Amino acid sequence: MALTVQDVARLADLARIELSEEELARLAPQLDVILTAVASVADVAGQDVPPTSHPVRLENVYRIDETRPSWPAEAMLAGAPAVEDDHFRVPRILDEEA
Amino acid sequence: MNGLDELLDYDEVMATHDVVIGLEVHVELDTKSKMWCGCSTDFGAAPNSHTCPVCLGLPGSLPVVNRTAVESAIRIGLSLGCQIAEWCRFARKNYFYPDMTKNYQISQYDEPLCFDGEVVIVVDGQPQVIPIERVHMEEDAGKTSHVGGAGRIQGADYSLLDYNRAGVPLMEIVTKPVLGTGTKAPEVAREYMAFLRELMRALGVSQARMERGNMRCDANVSLMPKGSDELGTRTETKNINSLKSVEAALRYEICRQGAVLKRGGRVVQETRMWHEEGYTTAGRSKETAEDYRYFPEPDLVPVAPSREWVAQLRATLPEPPAERRIRLQAEWGFTDLEMRDVNGNEGAIDLIEQTVSAGAAAASARKWWLTELARRANEAGIGLDEVGISPAQVAALQSLVDDGTLTDNLARQVIDGVLAGEGEPADVVAARGLAVVSDEGALAQAVDAAIAANPAIAQKVRDGKVQAAGALIGAVMKAMKGRADAARVRELVLEKLS
Repeated sequence: MALTVQDVARLADLARIELSEEELARLAPQLDVILTAVASVADVAGQDVPPTSHPVRLENVYRIDETRPSWPAEAMLAGAPAVEDDHFRVPRILDEEA
Repeated sequence: MNGLDELLDYDEVMATHDVVIGLEVHVELDTKSKMWCGCSTDFGAAPNSHTCPVCLGLPGSLPVVNRTAVESAIRIGLSLGCQIAEWCRFARKNYFYPDMTKNYQISQYDEPLCFDGEVVIVVDGQPQVIPIERVHMEEDAGKTSHVGGAGRIQGADYSLLDYNRAGVPLMEIVTKPVLGTGTKAPEVAREYMAFLRELMRALGVSQARMERGNMRCDANVSLMPKGSDELGTRTETKNINSLKSVEAALRYEICRQGAVLKRGGRVVQETRMWHEEGYTTAGRSKETAEDYRYFPEPDLVPVAPSREWVAQLRATLPEPPAERRIRLQAEWGFTDLEMRDVNGNEGAIDLIEQTVSAGAAAASARKWWLTELARRANEAGIGLDEVGISPAQVAALQSLVDDGTLTDNLARQVIDGVLAGEGEPADVVAARGLAVVSDEGALAQAVDAAIAANPAIAQKVRDGKVQAAGALIGAVMKAMKGRADAARVRELVLEKLS
């Protein structure tokens, strides 16, 4: 496998995580090790094994369209780092669309 | 950065290029609860009061699909002539933006529920084929308000998030490239949106109110030199919130791209934002599908609608709105011009149909809804269905006119009373004493009084100047406070002076 520093930098950018050159250089090989380990599954899964997204074969599990009480806003906001007027408050977002 | 784009004259672009459009329309469903949890979808609640661990994506919570939303999606797909997948999965679309707390949106990727459809709409009397690529299910995002910087992202100090909308069922309806629109691509787009809005309402799956964001459109457009069959580079315009804007935004992009190509430049593939002032600006550079790192949603099991279920849902489809319009026009005996008036007033066709069902003649129903009530709706800036009088009440009002209890003028006063909450039309007539005086004795007295008070005019009428009777009729109507049948008064006046 070859997860490059450029790949990790791109991912970090998409995830809005700021990584220094040193961090990128250190993390890229570590992530590569993880990916390689996961990829070893491919060694045992031959052509006869279909790709599996769900471990249990189950289909068509639905809810009836009924409302249930929501949680109190205070409870939902309690875990937020910043709150204002019953809203979640987040740092300003630049160069993005609404 | 705003409205400074060089634009080529629209007709000049049309002379040298063909336009290809593609429309992605998002429709919020009217389900009671959200797509994956039981939180209410009601609009306008206190911020974050319709949230729970599922729609906030808190650890340990598990989404479960709303069955009605799947039904609605299948019914939309069937109405658009789509195939319904025998088996499909949801997918995670990963992106990092605070309008979703999960850092992904649950959507569908390469296995949409509905695909390969086609509809034919009519634009300026000409049929136009709109091929449908897919209809897929996903969830809406939360609402962001930017604080500081005049409410815009650029220069905002921070942003506030309300997640009441997060997780509301959202259908994405995507066309294939629409060709053959001639010089009418913007009109076709607008007509298609109007078609979808009408269809959603007929299906009863969404109110499809663009001004509330129930229905939103992203419009792709590209130009292709005439005679070529190679698609040009397209732009995608977002933030289109009305039928008028769909048309205006496409026209703007066509003229902008036309200018770029004419000076030998290349159109940049990008997302552009429509501004209601009438121009587009470049948005963020588009993340590619790969950047979203789609993968099958492990928390939701596949949807495999049985063919029996699909057949049952097909049986629930309403008469297609366009066919219904043609049928009702024939039943009501309206001219094309009259019908265009009906079609041009949102909701009028339903209200007239209900008024006719309640017993009124179609012409009377049309008259009330499209004149008096339409005027009041316009003045108040509300929909025709929000004026505050029901089709049954309009039918009752008309029957009071038909039986001679009310003149049209008196009926208008009765409408005032109904709208003021004074009850049914008959109650208003009784309470306000609005009924036409049919007591011939009282009428005759009023006519005599008018003649006595205007001897000169009366003499003119006696001498054969029948037009002069108008002044006498007016005097009688005034004395009766409008509560008389003017035609009967005229008869009496002429009788007495003959």
